[in-house]
Amino acid sequence: MSAARKQSADNSAKPTSTAGDWEMVVGLEVHVQLKTRTKAFCACSTNFGDAPNSNTCPVCLALPGALPVLNAHAVDLAARAALALGCTLHHRSVFARKNYFYPDLPKGYQISQADKPLATGGHVTLADGKVLGITRIHMEEDAGKSVHDRFAGLTAIDLNRSGVPLIEIVGEPEIRSAAEAGAYLKALREILVYCGVSDCSMEEGSLRVDANVSARPRGEAEFRPRTEIKNLNSFSNVERALELEFQRHVATYEAGGRIAQQTMLFDAVRQEVRAARSKEGSHDYRYFPEPDLPPLVLQTEWIEHQRGTIPELPAARRGRFVNALGVAAADAEVLTAERDVAEYFEAVAAASGDGKAAANWVMGEVLAALNERGGDIGAFPVEASRLAALIALVKAGTLSSTAAKTVFQVMLAEPGDPQAIAERDGLLQVGDDAALVAWIDEVWAEHPDEAARFVAGERKLQGVLVGFVMKKSKGRADPRKVNQLLAGRG
Amino acid sequence: MSASLLDAGAAAIAAAVHADASVADQVVATALERVRSTHEGAQGLNAVLHRARAEALTGALPDGALRGVPVVVKDNIATLELPTSCGSRMLEGWVSPYEATVVRKLREAGAVVVGKTNMDEFAMGSSTENSAYGPTRNPVDRSRAPGGSSGGSAAAVAAAIAPIGLGSETGGSVRQPAAFCGVVGVKPTYGRVSRFGLVAFASSLDAVGVFGRTVDDAAIATETISGHDVHDATSSDRGVPTMRGAPGSLDGLVVGIPREYFPDSLHPDVRARCDRALDALRSLGAVVREVSLPHTALAIPVYYIIAPAEASANLARFDGVRYGLRAESDSLRGLYDGTRARGFGPEVTRRILLGTYVLSAGFYDAYYRKAQDVRALIARDFDAVFSSGVDVLFTPTTPTPAFALGAISDPYEMYLSDIFTVTANLAGIPAMSLPIGRVDGLPVGGQLLAGHFQEPQMFRVAYALEDALGAEAHR
Amino acid sequence: MAVTPDDVRHVAQLARLEIPEAELAMYVDQLNGILAHMEELRAVGGAGAAAQAESTREGMRLRPDTVGAVPLAVPLESFAAAMRDGFFLVPRLATHEAGEES
Ligand SMILES: [Mg+2]
Ligand SMILES: [Zn+2]
Repeated sequence: MSAARKQSADNSAKPTSTAGDWEMVVGLEVHVQLKTRTKAFCACSTNFGDAPNSNTCPVCLALPGALPVLNAHAVDLAARAALALGCTLHHRSVFARKNYFYPDLPKGYQISQADKPLATGGHVTLADGKVLGITRIHMEEDAGKSVHDRFAGLTAIDLNRSGVPLIEIVGEPEIRSAAEAGAYLKALREILVYCGVSDCSMEEGSLRVDANVSARPRGEAEFRPRTEIKNLNSFSNVERALELEFQRHVATYEAGGRIAQQTMLFDAVRQEVRAARSKEGSHDYRYFPEPDLPPLVLQTEWIEHQRGTIPELPAARRGRFVNALGVAAADAEVLTAERDVAEYFEAVAAASGDGKAAANWVMGEVLAALNERGGDIGAFPVEASRLAALIALVKAGTLSSTAAKTVFQVMLAEPGDPQAIAERDGLLQVGDDAALVAWIDEVWAEHPDEAARFVAGERKLQGVLVGFVMKKSKGRADPRKVNQLLAGRG
Repeated sequence: MSASLLDAGAAAIAAAVHADASVADQVVATALERVRSTHEGAQGLNAVLHRARAEALTGALPDGALRGVPVVVKDNIATLELPTSCGSRMLEGWVSPYEATVVRKLREAGAVVVGKTNMDEFAMGSSTENSAYGPTRNPVDRSRAPGGSSGGSAAAVAAAIAPIGLGSETGGSVRQPAAFCGVVGVKPTYGRVSRFGLVAFASSLDAVGVFGRTVDDAAIATETISGHDVHDATSSDRGVPTMRGAPGSLDGLVVGIPREYFPDSLHPDVRARCDRALDALRSLGAVVREVSLPHTALAIPVYYIIAPAEASANLARFDGVRYGLRAESDSLRGLYDGTRARGFGPEVTRRILLGTYVLSAGFYDAYYRKAQDVRALIARDFDAVFSSGVDVLFTPTTPTPAFALGAISDPYEMYLSDIFTVTANLAGIPAMSLPIGRVDGLPVGGQLLAGHFQEPQMFRVAYALEDALGAEAHR
Repeated sequence: MAVTPDDVRHVAQLARLEIPEAELAMYVDQLNGILAHMEELRAVGGAGAAAQAESTREGMRLRPDTVGAVPLAVPLESFAAAMRDGFFLVPRLATHEAGEES
């Protein structure tokens, strides 16, 4: 390890003076855990965090005589991911054995796909419109977990992850900066989470990134040798590690050196990239078709059915919210961050006929309440139709916006129509002159100084006085009318 | 050996137990006693490695087609009570914590597993001499090999320890020992019988097969273990047809004799027994027609690329980490290398090396891909013959009768003893061997091959031929 | 395409088989002997025959995504050679030693 090449964080924090003459070339390989109940090839639970080796069976322990049988839902989700990413989903794909020895790989081979992957040729579109290509998506199984720091002198093996279904998304080497890599990953994650394909949690290991990076002088057409960075555990670490490794390549070239193709590890604690320990012998995975599994055949009708399960993707939805519903671009970003929230908002907007008001309510009161209460919006007590009715009452002048917030709080705790609640609790807006004049008279009596100055021409006090009236009316006074009446006294 | 109901065949035993449940205890006790008596002495068979204990074996048996019938099971098929050592040091004492589907099906039909039988280590061999637990002897002539790799089950059935035995095939490991021991051996269509719980050798070729002393016993057993299994993605969901039948006319049936299986070098007496069997088929009304399967000679080279390649991956799981032999070491590399060096015998080591070599970078296309292409040509040969009106094929099962123990030391020469059987595994078609006579007192097997899932056709011919040959089948 | 002692060493390393130097020559000879017979395949055509057969093969049947694995009749501890706190144990590896990927 001491011989490992290092690039420490502090001396590379700023681009070197000549980095601008060099171009970063990055291709990402992303492993995503499919959101299934059971493993890819056996009926063991995929639950995260259970006691070590408690979710294992003859198949995922690789007991003698056990055989794999593919999980149908894993295929559904992998296909959905491929279609959402614009890939061509192949009618026939073939599983293969990738052979290597490692204690957390019980069979001594990983079931993956090699020359006949599930899908090829997709893309991800970034917010700035840049399109980044996806080479292929294939299905495979995860290995178990090796724990190196639990027992002295020993590595501990937990096979609960062994056989968990993954897709590997191999991107084209079209990324040209660390920030672009981050943007690609965010866009990818958004789509996969949106489609229900994966939780994409880097903390729980349901999304993992390996980065291939190289540097070349700007304008050079050829790719130079790349290194692969592993052990990247957050998006910001991906960006950080790419920047560090790119700087190392540039510095090496500028010093007249060469870059060797090799595997690097990112150390998040030390914020450094170093060479992985050199391997014994060369990698020779001896791929061959998995004889325990016939080909995976997908019929056209099935593929079209899967296509139908893909929701409108966040980028398209954002565009529609801005253009058709009059929502501000920044607000559309918030409203589409989660698919369920976006759907709730749409229902409120449609029922109330007021996109802007719906957006304000959902981003304000609804998300705040949701944050406070926990849970998801599917079980939110104020259904979209009731919120729309509440918005309609405000628009009609029946409720002030202050009173509407009070009604909303009541609606969180009980069912019932907002109008009925407002009537029962005496929260309907009061526009009747006699009542308003009575409240103004009381304010006049309680605040003689301000009243006198206002009458004397100090117009800026009108807002203060309206506030006193609103407070006295417990929010029910119609502020527009109060203003008119006050103006008459000024 | 005293006469017993045990010698009456599976159907008769099941009927007797159905009438009087207590008969099962006597039959099973006799079987266990025969395991013991055939094992004794310097010339003991060494057919059964793990013998069941008599207690609690019969109890309340399901009232199925095999109620109370003792069966022996090859040691590479997972059973819950008895070890599954695969004839290897690697799995010495290993008791599987789950059961093979075929064993469950036998038990559910009322059968009683009385022992696990000897085999070439991980089914790699054709003589049962590659067992870590010593060779099995041929009950017909104890100086001879029983064939292999399922030699233990073949010998146990031939020695009347049990009327039915389970074996497994990758290249002829049921049919070849059946021929050598003078019993019936069946390899069903690939996918007809679940492989779940069969310790894998070469997954695209492996099949569970059965032994019986009669065609009827073999048919009952094959029918019992057939059918779709949700735990095996390569098992077919076709319904299981009736395979059991009775001798009858073969009027109009076309029997093909592939000329490649009758080379000039064929043992003349083996040829004579085949001719006698063909005469019997003709006299039953069958039309015998010469056909050609031109790629036959390539089957052994193809097999010895594909089977070791798959085996090299299938046997990677034996690493000392989770079960089986473990050679302690202070490094992972030492643990792996030590465990595998001590656990595997020389034939297994040889095949893993061979399989790893043909898959390794730079050699894959020349060997593995080429072998897969030629395998497809071999399968096409059969398709062409069976779609030209031929119902079944008849061939000798092996080029010679049983060889002497220790007679063959060259690996490739040993591989050639599967030359007539390996094609059925490569093509995935059903095949069986049945006794058609003897040469110098040693049994000769005749082989029947049929199209995919055509077991009923194959058994129909077997029932008729067995009946027509009568006692001549063992002369 | 003769197999050399280095080929056998390399393949033995890939397969995690320790071949004593004294046995190396025997395995070299035997592999060469076996592979010599494989050379007859070279003369045969058939390129693409396997791919064609594969293209008409029936697709695999899938398993529903419901929990219910084949149970173990006995606990792991009863057959694993080295376990502690529910983990299988092997000699200590540095993180990412051998650098294998998933
Ligand atoms: Mg992968
Ligand atoms: Zn499992």
